[in-house]
Amino acid sequence: MSAAKERQSSGTSGLAYTEPPIFERSLAGREGYSLPPSFGDLEAARQDIPAALLRKEPAELPEVDEPTVVRHFTRLSTWNHGIDLGMYPLGSCTMKYNPRFAEAAARLDGFRRLHPYAPQELCQGALRLMWELADYLSEIAGFARVTLQPAAGAHGELTGMRMVRAYHKAKGNPRRKVLVPDTAHGTNPASSKLSGYKVVEVKSGPEGILLPEAVAGAMDQDVAAIMITNPNTLGLFEEAVAEIAEIVHAGGGLLYCDGANLNSMLGIARPGDMGVDVLQFNLHKTFATPHGGGGPGSGPVGVAEKLVPYLPVPLVEKRGESFVLDYERPESIGRMKEFYGNFAVMLRAYAYIRELGAAGLKQACQMAVLNANYVRARLEGHYHLPYSKRSLHEVVFSDKKLEQFGVTTLDVAKRLLDHGFHPPTIYFPLVVHGALMIEPTESESKDTLDEFIAALLAIAAEAREDPEALKTAPHRTIVGRLDEVKAAREPVLTWKPKQQP
Amino acid sequence: MRYIPHTQDEVGQMLKAVGFEKIDALFTGIPSKLKLNRQLDLPAALDEESLARLLYDLAADNPAAGMASFIGAGAYAHHVPAAVDQLLQRGEFFTAYTPYQPEVSQGTLQAIFEYQSMIAELFGCQVVNASMYDGATAAAEALLMARRIMRKRPKTLVARSNHPEVRAVCETYLSELEPRPEEIPMTNEGVCDLDALEAMLSDEVAAVLVQQPNALGCLEDLPRIADIVRRASALLVVEVLEPFSLGLLEAPAKLGADIVCGEGMSLGSGLNFGGPGLGLFGCSMKHAWQMPGRLVGETTDDRGRRGYVLTMSSREQHIRRARATSNICSNEGLCALAAAIHLSLLGKRGFVKLAEINAANARAACDRLSSLPGVTRAFETPFFNEFTLRLSGDPEAALSRLESRGILGGIALGRFYPEFDDCILVCVTELNSASQLEDLASGLES
Amino acid sequence: MNIPSELKYTRDHEWARVEDKVVTVGISDYAQEELGDIVNVELPDEDDEVHKSEAFGAVESVKASSEMFAPVSGKVLEINEPLLNAPEMINEDPYDEGWMIKIEMSDPSELDDLMDAGAYEKYVKEESK
Repeated sequence: MSAAKERQSSGTSGLAYTEPPIFERSLAGREGYSLPPSFGDLEAARQDIPAALLRKEPAELPEVDEPTVVRHFTRLSTWNHGIDLGMYPLGSCTMKYNPRFAEAAARLDGFRRLHPYAPQELCQGALRLMWELADYLSEIAGFARVTLQPAAGAHGELTGMRMVRAYHKAKGNPRRKVLVPDTAHGTNPASSKLSGYKVVEVKSGPEGILLPEAVAGAMDQDVAAIMITNPNTLGLFEEAVAEIAEIVHAGGGLLYCDGANLNSMLGIARPGDMGVDVLQFNLHKTFATPHGGGGPGSGPVGVAEKLVPYLPVPLVEKRGESFVLDYERPESIGRMKEFYGNFAVMLRAYAYIRELGAAGLKQACQMAVLNANYVRARLEGHYHLPYSKRSLHEVVFSDKKLEQFGVTTLDVAKRLLDHGFHPPTIYFPLVVHGALMIEPTESESKDTLDEFIAALLAIAAEAREDPEALKTAPHRTIVGRLDEVKAAREPVLTWKPKQQP
Repeated sequence: MRYIPHTQDEVGQMLKAVGFEKIDALFTGIPSKLKLNRQLDLPAALDEESLARLLYDLAADNPAAGMASFIGAGAYAHHVPAAVDQLLQRGEFFTAYTPYQPEVSQGTLQAIFEYQSMIAELFGCQVVNASMYDGATAAAEALLMARRIMRKRPKTLVARSNHPEVRAVCETYLSELEPRPEEIPMTNEGVCDLDALEAMLSDEVAAVLVQQPNALGCLEDLPRIADIVRRASALLVVEVLEPFSLGLLEAPAKLGADIVCGEGMSLGSGLNFGGPGLGLFGCSMKHAWQMPGRLVGETTDDRGRRGYVLTMSSREQHIRRARATSNICSNEGLCALAAAIHLSLLGKRGFVKLAEINAANARAACDRLSSLPGVTRAFETPFFNEFTLRLSGDPEAALSRLESRGILGGIALGRFYPEFDDCILVCVTELNSASQLEDLASGLES
Repeated sequence: MNIPSELKYTRDHEWARVEDKVVTVGISDYAQEELGDIVNVELPDEDDEVHKSEAFGAVESVKASSEMFAPVSGKVLEINEPLLNAPEMINEDPYDEGWMIKIEMSDPSELDDLMDAGAYEKYVKEESK
């Protein structure tokens, strides 16, 4: 048995808490609030509101005291995995450590209590932070200007593709198609479609990267852009990117790059130097802002000079020594979001970049790529590697060596939980059968990687010797395999009191 | 570098295992003509103390954050109890990933299920999703959803009394679709013009969007609007940017809204200069498969234990790809958690009490201010905690004077509605005190 | 693998039952098997026009979403309403209770492009390799 398994892993060690939905902790008469008095007349609060608009019944929120609320959510938290507990080797997610200083900075009253409509001269600190962040991101990825408005990566993609469309419309023809490689993340075709384009898939070559001939074959006067990810979702650098840029530009099209994998080239190379016209950043990936169990993220977009006129309003500008919100942008695509973007996320990314500096960012990138290659070298031969080209910050294996034992990638993922590890991304990218996509990030030590590798090697052996243990995994988590079919066929999406029998 | 665990020794061992001499060899896959041959031009790295001074200085350079404020206009300042942020700072919550692997994410999943349930109660909806980016994109997505449901009806009507930034985002989101949203005019009483609405409806209209309370603080006649919209067989979308109003006001779905959306940042996240927001989104079960965003559902495991999973995922981009209901991936998970915790602390009675305090404060303020010379209530229409005052003098000048006395008195409404350029929009919450009100009054008086 | 002999089949695994000018359409046993547990189905409205080889709806499992393509062109006469709330019928009884739409054919010659049961069986064997 591996050292990892002997060590205490995913289950709790002694007391294992159950905790029902908080509604089941509710009792009429309990209260958890502390409210100030009103300087008005509470009795008169409703007086001039028409009866038809007044609430007949208060919302059935639970009635709970503060200690119970705190205990409830604390117990819930103990059921979660988090970066603070262990690695997330999830491909293209870049689950790196979330610095504590950023959390402290984000809680400063001067940021938290700042209203977006406060007079601009009284918000110069915030505006300066935004302007400088946009400037740093432009330098890091090689773009002319950056908008900080989009709230997440997918939102950034949509913003970028809208700018592509505006660019073409200004030239007289919006065009109708966008080329998307078969390795693309699902948000890419979705964002293209939502921008009014038909998606045409381009198949990657036998080595897992795009072939210029394939792009040339698909490129015509009706193609507005090609959306690539570089390195792609296989972790491979799109070597022909410069040629592809030329082909697409020659046809009057634009090159969009999904910046999710930027951690693989910080300080080493810049998409803007490769002919990329527009790229979205994911601050919650590359720049270490927390995932928060699903958000908030932030998806700034960098553009080449030709797309600058189309950036969303407002844009933060520097005028002399002051910073202002510029709304005078006649060719802008408009607004993608209320206010200015996810400021509290931006401020964490800003703190990260200021702490690391150029040298720190490059070192982070180098260690991230070293970690992925180390995992690859140690697992090669035990798990099938579909492509032989050099991996950057992530590596993808297939289930080819497992199939003969009737074991699937899903089984491997579930069994990894028993070893105390969160599984890698599975079944993506779609071009690899039973894909297992591993991105360790630079935050993981060699010790952690050695344990992870040992777990995967043990599982590979188990596939040969005891496949049943894999197929019935996980055994040690607080819930077993959950019935997702029932959840979709008979949806229960809100809490309901139990019917009295 | 303190965030990187590797020692020189370890780097050496790992390079050896990979078969390389130097780190640079890892990047030979990138053609050298594409590589950066200089260091990035960024400010030098900082130690924590210097970094702290930098951020504290930037924060301090936002004096507005410390001033008495009567600004609402879509971002409402409310007290968030200390317990909320303390719980949010648990690493198991904020450093957690999206709950795609349910066995190791039951904390996030159950919390979001509770959030969905609470917002469903506030809205009167049967189903609420796990959040959208903010109130504005939620409204835009609601219009897109309505068009999907009403397949043969391409038109959308958006009341002018909606927040201008919400209208702007709807414009952008629908800009590639025909026809563009049409604007329903406002009356002189600061509400949606219902005669105009009735005239604009037809069997080509999929949806109508109104805000409650609206962007001028006024309460719209939702029951009558719902009736008009229903008679045209269109869908009614109601946007709530001040969710605490629902402590006093009836749940929009109970008044006839088919889709209810809103902005929840004031439910637990703080103003944060406008972001992150929290897009609230709910509808009836019959439309659930057309709804964008993630959904958490209850189910059981192989041993019959209750558990939670992301469900009905085939609506989303990672499965439907180009045919997805939306391209949304990350949402505002931690903000939804904050809302769930705060609503749990407030509870059924606290939520109502807080709404009463807001309304009572706002009424007292409105009475006090409209009794000043040169200041009148712009509209007779009832309000919740935000109202419009007409000034005899220049609103910008009045606000400027107040600013020099350390008070943010509201916003000059002319910036959003040129037809009301003699007005200011004032919001009063439980954060405002009687003495702040007196300062505001004496400032407006002079 | 159930492949009723009286039906016709498409390369995308839809089946067609022809009765005069009306064609009833669903997905084959092989298709429902490949999809796994079906949790949602999207169908067109009655009176909608459908076109041969174009998508008329979609069927979804927990992890996948697949479009269905019309075997012939025409007008949708009827849809299987109960299926919308009980998509599992497609898994349980793909050729009978799991029927999806009835089309009034506009061009019966399009039927010539469909496979008969024997040809479909061979096609499926090739696909599964």
